[in-house]
Amino acid sequence: MNSENKVLLQVINLKKYFPVSRGLFTNRQTRYVKAVDDVSFEVFDGETLGLVGETGCGKTTVARTILQLYRPTSGNIIFDGIDLTSLAENELRKIRRRMQMIFQDPYASLNPRMTVGNIISAPLDVHTDLGGKEKQDKVQDLLRLVGLNPDFVNRYPHEFSGGQRQRIGIARALALNPDLVICDEPISSLDVSIQAQVVNLLEELQDRLGLTYIFVAHDLSMVRHISDRMVVMYLGKVMELADRNEIYLRPRHPYTRALMSAVPIPNPRKARDRQRILLKGDIPSPLNPPNGCNFNTRCPMAQAICFNTDPEYREIEPRHYVACHFA
Amino acid sequence: MTNGTAMKPLMEIKNLTTRFYTQDGVVNAVNGISYTLDPGEILGVVGESGCGKSVHALSIMRLIQIPPGEIPAGEVFFGGRDLLKLSEREMRMVRGHEIAMVFQDPMSSLNPVYTVGFQISEALMLHKKMNRSQAKVRAIELLNLVGIPEATKRFDNYPHQFSGGMRQRAMIAMALSCEPKLLIADEPTTALDVTIQAQIINLVIRLQEELGMSVMWITHDLGIVAEMVHRINVMYAGFIIERGFVDDIYNHTLHPYTMGLLGSLPSIDEAPGTKLISIPGLPPDLIALPEGCPFFARCTYRVEQCHQERPQLENAQEAGHTVACWRWREIQGFGVA
Amino acid sequence: MGRYILRRLLSVIPTLIGVTLVIFLFQRLIPGDPAVAMLGEHANAENVARIREQFGLDKPAFLDRDALAEGDLPGFFDSQYVRYFGRLLQFDLGESIHRRIPIAETLKERFPATVELSLLAMSIALVVGIPIGILSASRRNSFLDGATMIGSLVGVSVPIFWLGIMEIMFFAVIMKWLPSGSRLSSGIVIKPITNLLLLDSLLTGNWVGFKDAFLHILMPAISLATIPTAIITRMTRSSMLDVLQEDYIRTASAKGLSERIVLFRHALKNAFLPVITIIGIQAGTLLAGAVLTETIFSWPGIGKWVYDSILGRDYPIVQGVTLLIAIIFLVVNLLVDLSYALLDPRISYE
Repeated sequence: MNSENKVLLQVINLKKYFPVSRGLFTNRQTRYVKAVDDVSFEVFDGETLGLVGETGCGKTTVARTILQLYRPTSGNIIFDGIDLTSLAENELRKIRRRMQMIFQDPYASLNPRMTVGNIISAPLDVHTDLGGKEKQDKVQDLLRLVGLNPDFVNRYPHEFSGGQRQRIGIARALALNPDLVICDEPISSLDVSIQAQVVNLLEELQDRLGLTYIFVAHDLSMVRHISDRMVVMYLGKVMELADRNEIYLRPRHPYTRALMSAVPIPNPRKARDRQRILLKGDIPSPLNPPNGCNFNTRCPMAQAICFNTDPEYREIEPRHYVACHFA
Repeated sequence: MTNGTAMKPLMEIKNLTTRFYTQDGVVNAVNGISYTLDPGEILGVVGESGCGKSVHALSIMRLIQIPPGEIPAGEVFFGGRDLLKLSEREMRMVRGHEIAMVFQDPMSSLNPVYTVGFQISEALMLHKKMNRSQAKVRAIELLNLVGIPEATKRFDNYPHQFSGGMRQRAMIAMALSCEPKLLIADEPTTALDVTIQAQIINLVIRLQEELGMSVMWITHDLGIVAEMVHRINVMYAGFIIERGFVDDIYNHTLHPYTMGLLGSLPSIDEAPGTKLISIPGLPPDLIALPEGCPFFARCTYRVEQCHQERPQLENAQEAGHTVACWRWREIQGFGVA
Repeated sequence: MGRYILRRLLSVIPTLIGVTLVIFLFQRLIPGDPAVAMLGEHANAENVARIREQFGLDKPAFLDRDALAEGDLPGFFDSQYVRYFGRLLQFDLGESIHRRIPIAETLKERFPATVELSLLAMSIALVVGIPIGILSASRRNSFLDGATMIGSLVGVSVPIFWLGIMEIMFFAVIMKWLPSGSRLSSGIVIKPITNLLLLDSLLTGNWVGFKDAFLHILMPAISLATIPTAIITRMTRSSMLDVLQEDYIRTASAKGLSERIVLFRHALKNAFLPVITIIGIQAGTLLAGAVLTETIFSWPGIGKWVYDSILGRDYPIVQGVTLLIAIIFLVVNLLVDLSYALLDPRISYE
């Protein structure tokens, strides 16, 4: 996807802090978990933006805040020109049909007491007044679209395998013909051979329906396969944003470099020849991020400036953004 | 290291079979698998969920709950004796001592109400007959060995005070405490972040070089095993369907399932727009295993014989490479059978 | 850990105050003149006047606004509730209406009887229930397990009064092995130190007294123990079953530890938390006075006493004992919470 496409979504200086209560009896909040700490990026119409990072990086919080499942602490989310953060609940509801989510755990995200048909038609019930036959037809179309037998309409989730349940989740997400679909770790709980099936399906649907994806995941090779551009996050901040090949072949941020070198390569010779950058230590707690650059506790290149000044997030090449003093 | 014939294997498994009796029927989790493991060898056991890779490891350790489980057949020769025939008491002397195991989720695998140091000391006090203070000294050494900083202080910490990566290191320290000849690691990095996973893999490789034990690394991730193991067993529906040295498995893949598995993985240098090869369908029901090849229903190369007769592991061209497929020669293009 | 304990201890105070308020209010909820309500319509005037004075019924309930209007600040606070609370602080629970004996004194005599009985019953429940629960869980679906489940079901279902009467019939009347009631045979004297007879007799070296007290307490304790034993057994069993599924139990086995160590060291400490909650509840219930058991065995504890007082409409006693029971539950709950902190290191740290 090229940048001539229009911008579908803008995330501007997004912050989401979660208060943690302290104090003997009261809920006096003196500390915050800075789950998302000033994140900005754009998503172009029709592209797949990969959002990667490890535990505590905030990618899932970003995804949820975009959908306004959490209200941002500060910052703006502009969807197709409309600032979501300024909308009232009823206006927001109308926009919601254009942004949907596919969830990680296909066992937990489907109500075990609802039939598949009801699960998929639930969004239709909320947002449209389709009824009777029209609604049934739509549900069956959706099942066919995701490669499931439409006769399964009256079955319950527990009668399906993990991969099939994930397809049901996808059908549900597509029921309202959204523009943007956020996939929150949609394949992590699936077996390898099933992951390929689901990813192929997602790509096919994107081509057919002109969808835009934000793909949140920690499986870096799969994210690279499906994404056009990638955002690398660490401890609530964006470290790097670039085209996917740039991220893999010419990463500029030391964290991205370490991350890419840590990805397992299913090719023995290449794997042995590869130089791995091993990071020391653990990911700090988001309750207590370091002063200066968030990555300074583990960065192999950290210098004095890294410990007292937050690096600026800037465009070092066209469409390639990095937050590092030395990129 | 591993040239197979010149030295006596550390472990030899023959026809290991494990079943579970459930309300829905008998689950045939492990179906007569056989292989050898050499001293100092790192073996990767690869397969997806339900293939029997974890169950077979638990069967070796005799940690299968009996009932509902049962190990009706098989022999596991280790240190000159068949582990399956030992008494429970004799087996306890093997566990944690000659064979040690590391599990997938380090948070739930450590007892939350005892300190990490104590849990490491337990094996030492049991198998090495150390007293508390001796065990403490050794445990702190081990914590250092696995790269946990401030080991002395950490000895008195509880599991919830450790991060995920640290916990897994502590588990490894616990497993290595009595210098086992074989370390079995069951999906040890699946629950960890990528950079932490890299640290742990590096740690295990280093420890294996230093201590010389054999390692069985069980995983579904074909990326991980590529860089760290010597040999691979590929398992499907309780069978070993291909086995060989790591380069052969990746570069001369023989079994259609293995090919499908490797094809489902995105590769760094693939052209943009490449579709992943996905294996259609689902693994077979272990309660009602088909008569013929377990992979029959999903195989693009299947013929009638595959449906009727179950293929056994047979030798392929390279040394140590075996495959259970009737058509492997044709698939590779070596003339017609 | 310290902060948790401190917070927990401090939270007792507002709860206690709340309890006294509720007890105070209940009495006022009775329509009409409380004094007449207490004594009945045919009570004589003298008693009514005495009750009115004891409860300060001529004063307003909470705060005397009239006194404030007159600028009388101490008078503002001189109300029924304040007086009541003030007396409580001096351990003055008032007097029995009918017998005019200070309640606090009777409490001092009768409460230890209940305490002794409850302690023994609880000990039996723990000593029997916990090991059987553990063994049952480790030998799931075995004969022992089946017997345990049936036994505990029976224990919970059998009416105590029936069981008690059967015990008396068999052991006292037919076999004549055990006495049929009360704490001591007539003629036996034990020097009262704590009023826990078993303890006192041991402290004073009174072997004869000990034996006698023991024989008397045996049947009621066993009767009283049946329900807690059954419940604790079941709770221990199910909690152990849950814990035995956990991954760290598999790790412990994988280290080569014996089954005994895995059960009693690794599993039990984790399984014990829910059991402690149950023990707390049971302890509270036991100490609150086992009316049935005390009645059947003529055991001079607070259970029977408060029961009689309710029938006799002796409200000050009911009020006083209710307060005591509330305090008992508070203390027991506090102990349970504190023991959580001891057992589970995750709770101590934040």
